[in-house]
Amino acid sequence: MRVNEAFVLMHRLRVRPREAAAEADALARLAAWCGRYTSCVSLLPPDALLLEVGGSIALYGGLDRLIEHVRGGLAELGYTACLAAAPTPLGAAWLARCGREARILDHAALVRALAELPLDCLGLEPKQEELLRGLGLATLIDCVRLPRDGIARRVGPHVLDLLDRAFGRKPDPRPAFVPPEHFRARLALPAPATMHDALLFPLRRLLFELAGFLLARGLGAMSLEIALHGARSPATRFTLRLATPSRDPRYLTSLVRERLERLLLAEPVEDVALEVTEFAPLGAQAGDLFAGFETPAERRAQLLERLQARLGREAVQGLATRADHRPEQAWRTVEPGASSQAPGNGRRPLWLLPEPMALEVRGGRPYWEGPLALEPDCERIESGWWDGAEARRDYFIARHPDGRRFWVFRDLRAPAQWFLHGLFG
Amino acid sequence: MSLQRVLQRPDVWRGSQSPATPTIASGLAALDALLPGGGWPANALTDVVLAREGIGELRLLLPALAHLSRGDRWIAFIAPPYIPYAPALAAAGVDLSRLLLVHPRGRTEHFWAIETSLRAGACAAVLGWVQDVAAAHLRRWQLAAEAGGALGVLFQRQNIPHSPAALRVQLAPADGTALALTILKRRGGWPVGPVRLEFDYAVAVPAAAGFSARDMQPRRAAG
Repeated sequence: MRVNEAFVLMHRLRVRPREAAAEADALARLAAWCGRYTSCVSLLPPDALLLEVGGSIALYGGLDRLIEHVRGGLAELGYTACLAAAPTPLGAAWLARCGREARILDHAALVRALAELPLDCLGLEPKQEELLRGLGLATLIDCVRLPRDGIARRVGPHVLDLLDRAFGRKPDPRPAFVPPEHFRARLALPAPATMHDALLFPLRRLLFELAGFLLARGLGAMSLEIALHGARSPATRFTLRLATPSRDPRYLTSLVRERLERLLLAEPVEDVALEVTEFAPLGAQAGDLFAGFETPAERRAQLLERLQARLGREAVQGLATRADHRPEQAWRTVEPGASSQAPGNGRRPLWLLPEPMALEVRGGRPYWEGPLALEPDCERIESGWWDGAEARRDYFIARHPDGRRFWVFRDLRAPAQWFLHGLFG
Repeated sequence: MSLQRVLQRPDVWRGSQSPATPTIASGLAALDALLPGGGWPANALTDVVLAREGIGELRLLLPALAHLSRGDRWIAFIAPPYIPYAPALAAAGVDLSRLLLVHPRGRTEHFWAIETSLRAGACAAVLGWVQDVAAAHLRRWQLAAEAGGALGVLFQRQNIPHSPAALRVQLAPADGTALALTILKRRGGWPVGPVRLEFDYAVAVPAAAGFSARDMQPRRAAG
């Protein structure tokens, strides 16, 4: 159909040129993704991939189940494909390009299936195809039946070569696709998007591609770098770091969703890009065969990552003790999960104030929301003279009239001054 | 069939026994005796109503937290009002490497963090400090706690009527070092209290040797 005719049928049509480079890029990414099914994938540009699956059929419990697995995976990536299986690479490719979803395992069936395919499979010049049609040929079997030297003389020996390889009379080794070292993918949105949901959808597709890429190499991602490109301003970029390697696309999608929800977009996004350069080995137990099986440590890491993705890394912390006599130095925040070396102290309150708070003094007694009654015991802490943050204090437990218990101290360098430092929670 | 054999049948319940919901011992015999199943309800929400912090509200939970921290899940503190003090927690036997301190910025993130942590299946306990919560939130969190198998404890200032939490207790200071605990709601039982719970407000584990410059006597539970 011409563009003009299409406009007559639908006046609000948006016409976009085909982008050969983007298509080639997508094909290569799909090839990398297919590495999960076989180590031998090759490209057949512009639109086909060849997977040598002889060794994988048993693993998936039969050819039909393997093919349905591939189809389901492609659908999750947002692609539809025609899938054909045959003993020769060209045979499978031609059947697929002609829309025949064949499952052929033996040579006789291959010959029967290829016989009826039209001549355009051969990819001849229009003139040569015309010539063959002039001789009354319509299908591949017609060509095969013709004397070999006649074909070679009329349209060139390469056509014979193609036919021989397709029908299995000649070996047809294919160069294996070598997946790129890093994962880098970019996807244009069908329309500029401002809503998070609209962004999540293409990112989800890229994450599913990533999962195949990682599965094929026995790796997990350690970080995701995401860029959202608009028309004018520089791209919005963010990086999600993972505590443990992962290639579970659903989990990664949930992380990205939470990060997106706290993102403010300056302008509509036109395309999204995902890049992964940090990997770590990830054994087969985390692969899709055992999806949902996690160790407690993995579950802890996943919750931590979800919280950090949504709230920010600094909003989620761990706690540790520190060997220091000064109460404010006897603890610190750490990466969650880090262990403490210093012992605890049982005479300390469970709540500490971020900074000691100066208290009023009324009638010679510290006062905070009411007069505080000091208990008789006192603990003197003198420490820190070596690092300039010296503390010389007498700590007391003080009771508020309403029954609360506070941890207060008197600064020995200014004995009239009282501070509130903690609460016995 | 003997009575013993009847009682051993899995479909026969004795009226004197609470339904077998899993619990976590509170570490205080007097309290465990009041709580259905003999402890804090695991996999459920507990509301703790108190007027002000600093009356021993955290101390009350410490034995259970110490126990849970030795398992393989997090203990999450979500929006605590002060800094949970590491030396005191460690002295009470809490494994600090299991502690998760979460500081959400706004109300939406705060509530999301509570629900997510409860539901994740990665937290043994989720302690949340909240204000102005509607019963609808509590219902969501109760379901999340069930799904994630977490002990959810919410500290709040007001008593929310019709809270769907499995257990609702009110805390108030009592004389001496005691804490007055009222059970406002419990599964399979009537409200009780207030009950006087005696315990030391400091953690009462002897300090490590050579810790302090001028020692004071180890604190005991004074009346």
